[in-house]
Amino acid sequence: MEPTISFFSGFAPKDLLFLGEAALRTMWISILSISIGTVLGVVFGWVLYEGKWAAALTVAPILDVFRSVPLIIQLVLFYNFAPIIGLNLDPFASGVVILTIYTASLVASVARGGIEAVDAPMRRAARSLGMSYWQDLRYVVLPIGGRAVFPAWVGVALGVMKDSALVSVLGYVELLKASQILITRTQEPFLILSIAGAFYFALSYPISRYAASLERKWAQ
Amino acid sequence: MFDYNFHWRPVMKSLPDLLEAALLTLQVAVLAMILGIVIGLCLALIRLHMRGPLLWLASTWVELARNTPALFQLFFFGFGLGSFGLHLSPYMIVLMGLTFNCAGYLAENFRGGFQAIPDTQIRASRSLGMNAWQAYTRIVIPQVFRIVYHPITNQMVWAVLMSSLGMLVGFRELSGETQFFASRTFRIFEYFAVTAVIYYVIVKLILGASRLLATRLFRY
Repeated sequence: MEPTISFFSGFAPKDLLFLGEAALRTMWISILSISIGTVLGVVFGWVLYEGKWAAALTVAPILDVFRSVPLIIQLVLFYNFAPIIGLNLDPFASGVVILTIYTASLVASVARGGIEAVDAPMRRAARSLGMSYWQDLRYVVLPIGGRAVFPAWVGVALGVMKDSALVSVLGYVELLKASQILITRTQEPFLILSIAGAFYFALSYPISRYAASLERKWAQ
Repeated sequence: MFDYNFHWRPVMKSLPDLLEAALLTLQVAVLAMILGIVIGLCLALIRLHMRGPLLWLASTWVELARNTPALFQLFFFGFGLGSFGLHLSPYMIVLMGLTFNCAGYLAENFRGGFQAIPDTQIRASRSLGMNAWQAYTRIVIPQVFRIVYHPITNQMVWAVLMSSLGMLVGFRELSGETQFFASRTFRIFEYFAVTAVIYYVIVKLILGASRLLATRLFRY
């Protein structure tokens, strides 16, 4: 009898470890891009608010591009553009750069909304109490405006976490890519995709529920 | 540093094909939106008025659609269903994935819209002699439509952007077609740059059309 070689082997417990590692990579790239992107986005939001028409003509259209082109196209484009200008970035770095800019472009409009949520009399009152412009921003606008748009920011952050799955197109082995690799080997797509989906869900659902409850609480 | 020669000619040569693929992108996005609006409306009404297994089903749908990556949902329809011997064509994968996602997101918007209409209005219209159907179609729906018009527009844009994920399940819409050409000519950057422009134009056209329609629809 001819010996047969099987290319496929079933789902083994150690594959869970593989998926877990990939899940950590998903979280790592998300946390990195969300935190840098948020800082950048807040700065952009402030520029949009203070820049008036000058910002509307310069910063706004640029940020708008990142919201109007599919993330996957942005990723492929940047990954192939970097070598042209002499940068050799690995998939992770390219992913972080694009996800960060993408986050920033989304956070910018959220942050701007937050600044607008603090009405002028409040800010004038702060200034007439002797606060400097920056003190007014730090001690009045940040707590009040930040609270107003915090749920929206959580929505953006969770969106970016989910969209980080797209970095797999560059070959970065995050959760979804890892499950794809396992599917190819084990031929058990339903089981493995369920595990991957459960992880995303377990991460996203509680946070979104928490943000929603905060929104309700603060609305009162 | 800048020793890369841009070759735009192959891109220009396949531009008609790309534009045709863009129509396919639009087609699948519009279809998914129409289905998504109908299903989303049902899901929202179920979540507002029903109890039991239907409520559970609708809630699961909405939470799954909102809390897992769109790419995961596409993979699920693409490979996950393969576990049950169900193999869909790439077109169906993208259509079903997008519909699932849009319906989930729109359902939440619709629910918010319905909740914004006070109960007293329904009671008032019922006491004026309207039946439940009339009260809904003449009093509630027109107001809800105004509230959800903007979110629907946004979702339409998202549907177009999300359809680019079709590239990863072998669907030859705008992104898939671009990748096909790009991998044949190795002009990856040029192809994806043109595609990015096409997406940008599509998104701007949708937003412009929606704004135009809004001025006609909401004159009063």
